[in-house]
Amino acid sequence: MARKVLVLGEVRDGSLRNVSFEAVAAAKIVSEGGEVVGVLIGDSVSSFAQELIQYGADRVITVEDEKLKQYTSDGFAQAFLAVTDQESPEGIIFGHTALGKDLSPRLASKLNSGLISDATSLEETGGNLVFTRPIFSGKAFEKKVVTDGLIIATVRPNNITALEKDESRSGDVSSVSVEIKDLRTIIKEVVRKASEGVDLSEAKVIVAGGRGVKSEDGFNPLKELADVLGGAVGASRGACDADYCDYSLQIGQTGKVVTPDLYIACGISGAIQHLAGMSNSKVIVAINKDPEANIFKVADYGIVGDLFEVVPMLTEEFKKLKVHS
Amino acid sequence: MNIFVLMKRTFDTEEKITISNGKINEDGAEFIINPYDEYAIEEAIQVRDANGGEVTVVSVGNEETEKQLRTALAMGADKAVLINTEDDIEYGDQYTTAKILAEYLKDKEADLILGGNVAIDGGSGQVGPRVAELLGITYITTITKLEIDGNTATVTRDVEGDSEVIETSLPLLVTAQQGLNEPRYPSLPGIMKAKKKPLDELELDDLDLEEDDVEAKTKTLEIYLPPKKEAGKVLEGEVEDQVKELVKLLHSEAKVV
Repeated sequence: MARKVLVLGEVRDGSLRNVSFEAVAAAKIVSEGGEVVGVLIGDSVSSFAQELIQYGADRVITVEDEKLKQYTSDGFAQAFLAVTDQESPEGIIFGHTALGKDLSPRLASKLNSGLISDATSLEETGGNLVFTRPIFSGKAFEKKVVTDGLIIATVRPNNITALEKDESRSGDVSSVSVEIKDLRTIIKEVVRKASEGVDLSEAKVIVAGGRGVKSEDGFNPLKELADVLGGAVGASRGACDADYCDYSLQIGQTGKVVTPDLYIACGISGAIQHLAGMSNSKVIVAINKDPEANIFKVADYGIVGDLFEVVPMLTEEFKKLKVHS
Repeated sequence: MNIFVLMKRTFDTEEKITISNGKINEDGAEFIINPYDEYAIEEAIQVRDANGGEVTVVSVGNEETEKQLRTALAMGADKAVLINTEDDIEYGDQYTTAKILAEYLKDKEADLILGGNVAIDGGSGQVGPRVAELLGITYITTITKLEIDGNTATVTRDVEGDSEVIETSLPLLVTAQQGLNEPRYPSLPGIMKAKKKPLDELELDDLDLEEDDVEAKTKTLEIYLPPKKEAGKVLEGEVEDQVKELVKLLHSEAKVV
């Protein structure tokens, strides 16, 4: 069944987020040969339309207004609903990001529809669109279908492969004008704490520290390794509870659930709480003094040793590798 | 202030998940208040203590949920309401739960509604915003700080590690993120008092809802465990050689760097 599917392109720090391209790929599957329509919302976002098309959108609709410069649920909901009113789509895909998580339940409710959150894959089988998503923080998975209403889903970053960028693609770009009004929340201040380095949920490489890093400064060698690999730094609950780092870095059942290509666990024992947040990473490396540590049970490669010795050596070796390749 | 907390009973975070007959095996498992809802309960109690009023904890669940509601009362909530759907609903989704909660809340004139930002079992994070939308009130998700001054609320929201400071007015629904507070343990006198606090039980009928009104919009076809990971390769030899080998393996065998 050919469908018209909207996909929200999310702009952050002056560029489209990767997960938006992955969302376009997901929308393509949901559309089953129908149309994929990119939606861009902000104060000045039309310059990103072409890129969304190059990644597979058939056309793009923009909603621009000064009041949409920063995300607010009220503003973006008004903008997005103006587009759904005009387009009457059969499906909508968002990235499972802070924005997607905040906005999608409201829209699904307004559109009297279900919502499949945090999908890690989807496929068309036997006439059904089947979404796979983790439950119990990745300790189990469920396969889900929409039985009534629009097909609305959020897709987890790093799981659905984006389509190859095709610079020869072209498509129509149009705008919808909406009077954005009655915003009930005012953003007074934004404190950037995560602005340095790579976003944890989208990182391809994560170097994470546990109680074994021993102090705030103990994270420094991990940061250096992450920098060399273009990755992000994460932490176990133990490290956060001990005040070695901010809770925004926490990976686990409470905290973030991540699925990078490479996860390097340094001084992390591997409590079930932590494993729930990272065990679906593609390749896991464990560095721990204790050969009996639970983390070795899920690791693809392990080094039994002192992280303060091993991590700096790893950083040096990766530097050499970069020079050679 | 009229304060409500939306609470869910979930598996303990330390529980191992097993499946029997296509369902998550609940035999012998420990159940707890969803950890994010615990932050919501704690915050509700603190707001009440500072501003006066009453905290009512509401849960859509079954008979077993009474235990977690009693725990919430022992922490310091004033009233609990169990909306027992065991006999009426075989399969519900977030649409179902939100619809039931909103129907319950619609004439309660809540000033503040709190919930967890996500439940650690289903992990969808939908119910809070859906309830706010159905009630037509403002919501702010993943909050780490809440200050109330009269009719104005100043809220700090976690946005993937960054913080937004947001000003809004009541009525308001917020969902709690880790870091909001440190939930208290129920004290012994608290536990004794909780036994005498009101815990009402409602069913769909009492809310004038039919099963059809709350019929799920999605369906789970299958639940399964991820493939078990083979234990990996623990490297041997001098540390220096192990490091060199690891880099080589990641580059040429795993091909991730």
